[in-house]
Amino acid sequence: MPVSLTSSKVIFDALKQCDVRLLSALPETWLVHLIRMADDDPETILVRLAKEEEGVGISAGAHFAGVKSAMLMQNHGFLASINGIVSFAHLYKIPLLMFVTYRGSFGERDPWQTQGGNVTEALLRALGIPYSFLDSIENVEKRIRQAQTLAESSLQPVALLLTRDLMWEE
Amino acid sequence: MLRLDCLRAVYPELEGCLVVTIMGATAAELHSLGHRANFFYLQHAMGLASSTGLGLALSLPDQKIVVFDGDGSLLMNLGSLSTMARYRPKNLVHVVFDNESLLSVGGFPTATSTGTDLEGIARAAGIPKVLTVRTVEDFKTAMKNAFHATQLTTIVAKVEATGPAGYVTDLSLVENRFQFRRHIQSLKRS
Repeated sequence: MPVSLTSSKVIFDALKQCDVRLLSALPETWLVHLIRMADDDPETILVRLAKEEEGVGISAGAHFAGVKSAMLMQNHGFLASINGIVSFAHLYKIPLLMFVTYRGSFGERDPWQTQGGNVTEALLRALGIPYSFLDSIENVEKRIRQAQTLAESSLQPVALLLTRDLMWEE
Repeated sequence: MLRLDCLRAVYPELEGCLVVTIMGATAAELHSLGHRANFFYLQHAMGLASSTGLGLALSLPDQKIVVFDGDGSLLMNLGSLSTMARYRPKNLVHVVFDNESLLSVGGFPTATSTGTDLEGIARAAGIPKVLTVRTVEDFKTAMKNAFHATQLTTIVAKVEATGPAGYVTDLSLVENRFQFRRHIQSLKRS
């Protein structure tokens, strides 16, 4: 499977550097290594979800508890989380650090991913969610730290789009 | 059985817990008994009260967490039962007030009114301790046992579909959220 182990490791190490102790996740191909790393790490609480929206509540609970968290999801999982984002995270000013795999974008071969790719950025903009891209291994750690800093200072969700250039090797 | 009577019966025991409620009547009734800094009312995002309780329970394993859920909210996020059951935090008590109704939006019947069995669903999802209660006395006993239990408990409390005249309280949502977090941080320092 050509999911980048190297990039996944760099992302996971950056999360650790940022003191992220709880990760919620719903598996998707590009996230397999990251989820396994979280599962193997005794310091990380991994919460495997049935649906991504649960992660909004779980991250809110962690925030109340003073525990830094992040959410791993596919962009379709972001779509499935929108009510939670609006009527919990935005309504109650909850910081969320969302890692969203950008499926259905340039280079996508799976037809079923393509529609979600079309609307991901438009929806992030419509929701007023600041977002940036993880597209090169050199800027991963800095950008994750910046995203976390903004989420915490603004008390709102911030998204990082995990791109094919970073996550896929072939 | 009235939800308000259930809440009143366990109100003193809630003092040492962190409490998360769903929106509408449940939030308004608990608030009417006297707001405390350890109460968080999730006034929207239906279905996510149990997820919030799970996030708290996993982050604060030494703190008792109580979620006051409802049939309408839980039916919107049944997957939460399987996620809670997967991690089954011992410090989480999950109460579902089942009035078979979406009371706050006009009393439309939910699927529990036509036979959907939340106790059965919770048990089949893998929640280790599940029970249904129909009297205030049984509710009080079930809560007492759950507080001292060493396993995740879901209590389905069958209540009447009645509630307060209004649902808006004088506590702003954001004030509640900051107060709740500050309370938890003060517990961690002490």
